[in-house]
Amino acid sequence: MLDVDRQIINALQGGFPISERPYAEAAEKLGLSEDALIARLAQLLEDKMLSRFGPMYNSEKMGGAVTLAAIAVPKARFKEVTGIVNSFAEVAHNYQREHKLNMWFVIAAEEPGEIAEVIEKIEAATGLEVFNMPKSEEYFLEMKLAI
Amino acid sequence: MDIDPQDKALITAIEDGLPLVSNPYEAVGAMIGLSENDVIQRLETLIEEGVIRRFGIVVNHRKIGYRANAMVVWDVPDEFVSKAGRALAKLPYVSLSYQRPRHLPDWPYNLFCMIHGREKKAVEALVEEAALSANLQDIPRAVLFSGRQFKQRGAKYSQAPAKVGAHA
Repeated sequence: MLDVDRQIINALQGGFPISERPYAEAAEKLGLSEDALIARLAQLLEDKMLSRFGPMYNSEKMGGAVTLAAIAVPKARFKEVTGIVNSFAEVAHNYQREHKLNMWFVIAAEEPGEIAEVIEKIEAATGLEVFNMPKSEEYFLEMKLAI
Repeated sequence: MDIDPQDKALITAIEDGLPLVSNPYEAVGAMIGLSENDVIQRLETLIEEGVIRRFGIVVNHRKIGYRANAMVVWDVPDEFVSKAGRALAKLPYVSLSYQRPRHLPDWPYNLFCMIHGREKKAVEALVEEAALSANLQDIPRAVLFSGRQFKQRGAKYSQAPAKVGAHA
């Protein structure tokens, strides 16, 4: 990775300026020209080093609801169950993890009540129990990775 | 906060990314019939109110070299869980620290944190360090590394306002 890309990634994971010329403002702090910063960001997005450039929303503040859920999926059914779970538009992320509870996914919905409905539907479609693990207390969330 | 239809339009207009042009807020305004100034003021309010948690780069952590991603879970006595959660939150390599409900007998763990690193071994060492720092060395824990990723998509407010990434 280029040094300049490393600098950009380390500097811009939050606090992007909200001003008339935000790229120029951010570029100046990095010792770059506005054009150079825009070009590097475009390249990093194209190379998929960045998944997005913009806002990270807080769903609860927008009236939505989100939860973490897990299922213990029998090995032989993993592919099939993955297909069923991922077919729900409300399922945002789905990771395999090393545990008896081996499928972990995020459910996000417009209304808090919808979470329970989605869980019921997934249980009905898979015949497996869904463990609902909504956050009860948040101590910290700061997704910044130094490279 | 109350999100009015114009905020909603703004949120939808930028959820896939800010335009890479000199005056991006003017460009966004033009898409939804707001002035540049209006867009700037509304975004400032959304950030102040915490509707926007942060504004900038969202990295693809696997692609930038963070391939070992562990969800570390602990079974902490309820009376200590807040203290432990806050202690974990202070560590620079912990990106999330939440209390969640137990599901006995299958799932005894009530404190969740995420630790990211380049290699599994390095993350395992960080887990040990975290246990010592947060005084959790005698607390039962499990470390769940992520295997394959089956689905990931960005925040899609237009479909459902809660599509906000991995942070449930």
